[in-house]
Amino acid sequence: MTFSFTSSMIMAVLPEILLLLLGIIVLIVDLLLKEEKRRNLGWLTAGGLLTILIVSLLVARPSEAELVWGGMVRYDGMGFFFKMLFIFAAAMTSLFMMDHKALGHRGEAYLLLLASTLGMSLMASASDIIMLYLAIETTSIPLYILAGFMTGDDRSTEAGFKYLLFGALTSTVMLYGLSLLYGFSGGVTNIYEIGELVASGALAPLLVAGVAMLILVGIGFKVSIFPFHFWAPDVYDGSPTPISGFLSTASKAAGFAILLRLFLVAFPQISLSWSLLLAVMATLAMTLGNLVAMAQTNIKRLLAYSSIAHAGYAMIGLVAVSELGTTSTIFYLMAYILTNLAAFGIVAAVSHVTGSDEIKDYSGLSRRSPGLALAMLVAFLSLAGMPPFGGFVAKVFVFAAAMEANLVWLVVVGVLNSIVGVFYYLTVLKYVYLYRMEDEDEEKHPIPLSLSYAIALTVLSIGILLVGTLFAPWFGFSGAAAIALF
Amino acid sequence: MAFPILSVIVFTPIIAGMIILMMPGERKTEIRMVALAAAAFDLILSVWLYFAYDITAAGYQFQEMHSWLPSFGIGYHLGVDGISTPLILLTGVVMFTGVIVSQSISDRPREFFAFLFILATGVFGVFASLDLFLLFFFYEIAVFPMYLLISIWGWVKTREYAAMKLTLYLFIGSVIALIGALAMYWASGAHSFDLLVLEKAHFSTAFQNTWFMPVFMGFAILGAIFPFHNWSPDGHVAAPTAVSMFHAGVLMKLGAFAALRVGIMLMPQGAIYWKWVILGLAAVNIVYGAFIAMVQTDLKYVIGFSSVSHMGLVMIGFATLTRSGLIGSTVQMFSHGIMTALFFASVGMIYNQTHTREISRLGGFVKIMPFTAIAFIIGALVSMGMPGFSGFVAEFPIFMGLWQTAPIIAILSVISIIVTAAYMLLVIRRVFFGEMPEEFAGRMNDVSVMDKVALGLISILMVGIGLFPSLMVPMVSSGVDHILALLG
Repeated sequence: MTFSFTSSMIMAVLPEILLLLLGIIVLIVDLLLKEEKRRNLGWLTAGGLLTILIVSLLVARPSEAELVWGGMVRYDGMGFFFKMLFIFAAAMTSLFMMDHKALGHRGEAYLLLLASTLGMSLMASASDIIMLYLAIETTSIPLYILAGFMTGDDRSTEAGFKYLLFGALTSTVMLYGLSLLYGFSGGVTNIYEIGELVASGALAPLLVAGVAMLILVGIGFKVSIFPFHFWAPDVYDGSPTPISGFLSTASKAAGFAILLRLFLVAFPQISLSWSLLLAVMATLAMTLGNLVAMAQTNIKRLLAYSSIAHAGYAMIGLVAVSELGTTSTIFYLMAYILTNLAAFGIVAAVSHVTGSDEIKDYSGLSRRSPGLALAMLVAFLSLAGMPPFGGFVAKVFVFAAAMEANLVWLVVVGVLNSIVGVFYYLTVLKYVYLYRMEDEDEEKHPIPLSLSYAIALTVLSIGILLVGTLFAPWFGFSGAAAIALF
Repeated sequence: MAFPILSVIVFTPIIAGMIILMMPGERKTEIRMVALAAAAFDLILSVWLYFAYDITAAGYQFQEMHSWLPSFGIGYHLGVDGISTPLILLTGVVMFTGVIVSQSISDRPREFFAFLFILATGVFGVFASLDLFLLFFFYEIAVFPMYLLISIWGWVKTREYAAMKLTLYLFIGSVIALIGALAMYWASGAHSFDLLVLEKAHFSTAFQNTWFMPVFMGFAILGAIFPFHNWSPDGHVAAPTAVSMFHAGVLMKLGAFAALRVGIMLMPQGAIYWKWVILGLAAVNIVYGAFIAMVQTDLKYVIGFSSVSHMGLVMIGFATLTRSGLIGSTVQMFSHGIMTALFFASVGMIYNQTHTREISRLGGFVKIMPFTAIAFIIGALVSMGMPGFSGFVAEFPIFMGLWQTAPIIAILSVISIIVTAAYMLLVIRRVFFGEMPEEFAGRMNDVSVMDKVALGLISILMVGIGLFPSLMVPMVSSGVDHILALLG
């Protein structure tokens, strides 16, 4: 293979290069700062990430999709859009981390966050199964450490270890699938070439379907969809809250990015064999996630189960196997990232003061901190799928895509589930707005918000509103990303 | 470009709500003033809209159209016809009077008015939408503030239960209707959510017969159609006064209106196919609601079940699919809206002082609050369908249409008029006349001037339309002509 250097090769990985640079800067500044000032690394990380976001948007936007770096990555709209989402999510997460004593006052945490974001960016654009696997591991290993970052806390350690065990197991199964694919294809590793092989009939559909199932195990773990969801509640519960938020949004979306690319590019010919399976998985994820969420008394576990359900909703778009379906899945993920980051950010802000994640300790929140209560209203109603917030349009789009594909039963399952969702999201809001604290004097227990929380929550709330009302540009971006796969 | 009056009407409440949310919570007087000013502004605009609507031209007027998501056929399309213009006026009236009677709210008034105004925007928006997506957008916006309004400021005993029940019922209804709407979107092949485009889509008869019921019933749940009515009285009872007024006065009309606009107007063949089922269910509403209202001991439950009965009249008028039935139903939506708002306002005024709504514990209030008593009596006369009041203008054509379509159902439903008269007169006698119980003697005060303004405004409207039906009927008739054209 001839190797010629072009500018698009740099542009294709510009965000990754800048992420690496930022990581090095964080590492150096960490050494220069005194211990009590290390919190400010959060500003540096968030500011740096936003700069990367702006620079990438200005100079590195892809025009024509092309395979670069010997077919390892594809420089296209889909990869680019997801990268921007991940970088944004990481910026918000670093703002949430700043006030977390065990996490945000140590430079390594920010570095690990950046390393994991780097891995996710590569996941979004990887077009070769070797690159794919490496990217997944680059993403996962820092996250294992972050989940278990609070070494003095048994629950955090348990979360990190559990995440590692589940992650290692599922990624092994996936690696097995990838190596079988390598064997069947006669050494072809590029996803697009594999897609052509499958289309030409050179590979037996049955074998490909089997391989796809093995790979699905690894991806299913990343997106925490039924039946690979067991780790999610324990890990979200034990991890430091900002990390739970990052796991449930960016990491999940990264899983969806490879799921979309792999299944729509490499295996579209056999879509009949996997779309029904994914539909059943989505159904079970929604149903189980929502029903179990109803019974939770801990807000992080409730959000964990709700995030399993949301993986199911997002999956509906993929099951439709159409351009609109893919667009709607990407749109859904965008709305969901904004919303769930806000939800976990609020949980972090509250538990920073109260030290508790129990739902009953949210009683009287609207009197203790009206602003925080309002942000919670926005985030939870968006999760419930109420306008004018992002969650509503996102749900309408995935349901519309499924109706186009005549999947009426799946839409019925989806809407019935969203009713269950409304029930438990409103139940949480009932604590926030209706119930009183035990001593009935909330004025004496205000919940002060530090500047970093205030900025991040404001940005996210406005984002949720923007996606929910002026949705045309966002839908356009999602559509541009989706079209790169067809 | 013409003045975007509909957008201004729709967005005034939510903008006022946001301004109120920005204000410091302890400045309660200022918050109330802003709320009142916004409500008055919207009332003036909706009155202006009502009289500016050109009846001879008919059709959809004051249209505003902007692209919203062109690639998906979603547009920001507003416009009103002879059916929705009276309902916008109704919303303006109920919002204004609702804000007046809520002046006594002292627990977090900032959040109360903000949520109430978000609700108002949703309601105005549904009535003015000419795009199916936009309609759903506003419809859901109108649903969720109800939950908070009832559960936070409602009657302590049942508020949590009633608020959740109401929200879930309405949400179930709306998402079922949403599935139908998406089915219509794909079946039409026009790639548009615009109602004017969908009206001309001519769906196949099989499609209409399948999807009419989910769409119609999904919305009709909010109109409290039997057997999905029982969230409604519970909700009325649990809600604070202004929210009861909104709920019974406007929100239930939202369901009926959307069922008409999306169900009957987009799928007329389906409506013809299923009309007997709707006639039957609505007849149960009318008669059953009236009888249940008769045996209630709680004043608010009486009004709540009477609403179920009266909304049955609206539905049955729709289902006749005749000119007089549809005209009657639309006038009934308006008339019942202001009447029931008046009832709940009066009940609220009594409850604020007595802290009980048990009919057996009340009595003799005519001496203390004569103005409220007179207004309540006028409302009762409307409720009974007495000539000279707006109720007659509404109910007479409904029964006329019903007689043309289904004489037996008409005969059965007419029973409700007698029952309504019976329970209304009983309530008046027990609450306003007779001996005042000793526990209240000497402790009661007359209602405030502002309350009298609210009651007076509604009473004038009810009598005005009763005496001069031409104020409303020609306009409604122009809207009904269009529906009849769609029905073929």
